[in-house]
Amino acid sequence: MFIQLVVSGIAIGAIYALVAIGFTLLWQASRTVNFAQGDFLTVSAVLMFIFVCLGVPFVWALVVTVVIAAALLGFAVKRGIIQPLINRSHTTIIVATIALSFLANNSVAAFWSTQCKAFPQVFGMTPYKLGSIILSRQHVWTIVIAIGLILAINLFIQRTKPGKAMQAVAQNRDAARVLGINITRVTTMVFVMNAIIVAFAAMLIAPVYMVRFDMGLHLGLKAFYSAMIGGFNQVRGALLGGFLVGIIETFTSAYISNEYREVIVLVVLIAVILIRKEGLLGTEER
Amino acid sequence: MTKRLKEKLTVGRVVRWAIFLAVILCIPLIFGGNRYHMYVATLIGIYIITIQGLNLTVGYTGQISLGHAAFMGLGAYTVALMTLAGYSFWLALPLGAVISFVAGLLVGLPSLRVKHHYLALVTLGFGTVVYLLLSNEYEITGGFSGLPGIPRPHFFGIDLSSDVGFYFLVAGFLVLLTIVGLWILNSRWGRAFKAIRENDMRAEMVGVSLLAYKLLAFAIGAAYAGIAGGLLAPLMRFVDPTSFPVEESFWFLLMLIIGGSGRFEGAFIGAIVVMLLPEFLRGAQQLFFVIFAAITLLLLIFWPSGLAGLSDVFYRRVLRRTPPRLTK
Repeated sequence: MFIQLVVSGIAIGAIYALVAIGFTLLWQASRTVNFAQGDFLTVSAVLMFIFVCLGVPFVWALVVTVVIAAALLGFAVKRGIIQPLINRSHTTIIVATIALSFLANNSVAAFWSTQCKAFPQVFGMTPYKLGSIILSRQHVWTIVIAIGLILAINLFIQRTKPGKAMQAVAQNRDAARVLGINITRVTTMVFVMNAIIVAFAAMLIAPVYMVRFDMGLHLGLKAFYSAMIGGFNQVRGALLGGFLVGIIETFTSAYISNEYREVIVLVVLIAVILIRKEGLLGTEER
Repeated sequence: MTKRLKEKLTVGRVVRWAIFLAVILCIPLIFGGNRYHMYVATLIGIYIITIQGLNLTVGYTGQISLGHAAFMGLGAYTVALMTLAGYSFWLALPLGAVISFVAGLLVGLPSLRVKHHYLALVTLGFGTVVYLLLSNEYEITGGFSGLPGIPRPHFFGIDLSSDVGFYFLVAGFLVLLTIVGLWILNSRWGRAFKAIRENDMRAEMVGVSLLAYKLLAFAIGAAYAGIAGGLLAPLMRFVDPTSFPVEESFWFLLMLIIGGSGRFEGAFIGAIVVMLLPEFLRGAQQLFFVIFAAITLLLLIFWPSGLAGLSDVFYRRVLRRTPPRLTK
């Protein structure tokens, strides 16, 4: 029981961590707090569901969804909405992403369905058995894929030239500009990258949750909490926060109260903010 | 004294108040016979109060609140529980406002210590927690079954339980809170709020205590929402948690942006437009949300002063005068 709980906590935490990483990347590159992050997830999950229902093989459904997400939720959102607002106050951008969130989930509800749909179990149903421990296939594959993605993101940021440009922009925009980095292009790239990460997270979460127009609201919220607990401006902070929130949540609902699992996470969040306002691994921002 | 009074009684101001009061008085004359119309009119009044509070926090002080529906819920449940227990509405409503005010202080305190995207997220979390408490603590709040049978109040022996009577109660509060709002914004506090919005570092430099004024603006905004909630409960004679979800707080923000954030008339325009349009677009609710979200985005990008900003165009182009400012 205990080990199963740990595994399921890590699995759900890995998804939170992925979404939270996208969130911190956006924050670092463009000072955007993306309240539509959860709805990006919904849109990706719905797209994937539609393609699978049309009979497209799952891998191709994933590829097409990733491409559409990158174009629509990454490029179009950045160029169309965030870019014109980039020099306004944080509040304006926050309100814009809230409006975007409304637009996204109500579009899904208006043009697709308000019903709950069961997503196919892409990883199969028969659980893995390790001696006396039974592990859900879904959980194991979620952890494997999420960790693979996280490693890939890290490699991209640290080893490639565009990744280094992203780091430079995050550290000091003015200096980056002086050194000839095209800030607009780099931030657009971050938005595209975020959309791709979120599309993969949607693939991992959709079989667990049902596909529904408002599935993103709570997921987005959890990712924000994770990012804040771990440190808003650090990728590894988001990682730590995601796993922490996943495990706290799983154990709270198993041992304390299912209704109040969100409250416990929030209590932890407030405690962290009061003790260390940058989050556990965050750094002071100028 | 007379000179000061004369300065204050400008033509524009008298005309505006006359129009405002005339509209309030005319609505029951025209729609008094239709219960549903009176209900919508009263509801709009309540939402204007809420958005006024939000405008103070968001529009004038440049903060953000994603928990405004929760403050409204606190006010509503305070009035519901107290009046159902037999206490007077006139005791319950101020208490609801005080509870919301204190909750505003408590929520604001940890989050104002840190940068302001945290305020957004902590208020959001607060909204979620209040919603969960209202839904799950059913021994007190009735859970999702809600609390039915909330009585409407009397005012010095006058029975306000009729639709028109209750409308006038809400209208009275609206006028009162509008006066209070204008007074706050034109006072020392209001100037401090705007100074913080424009440039908080500069405001601090000239001696504005950031923490104190930000908290004050946040808590006053919360208290407005509390009063609005306290009026909502007896209007519907019923409260349940589904009136105060987190999405409702988002919706309030959109109302404010559409009306004109940081413009006094913005709260009025936003609440009226957003509440009235769905009445004409029945049966297409999701589509209506899509349209509104799209309009909000377009306004944010191309016309940040909202619909209130359009009146400026009218004054400049048509009347060829500088547009009046309702607040200094």
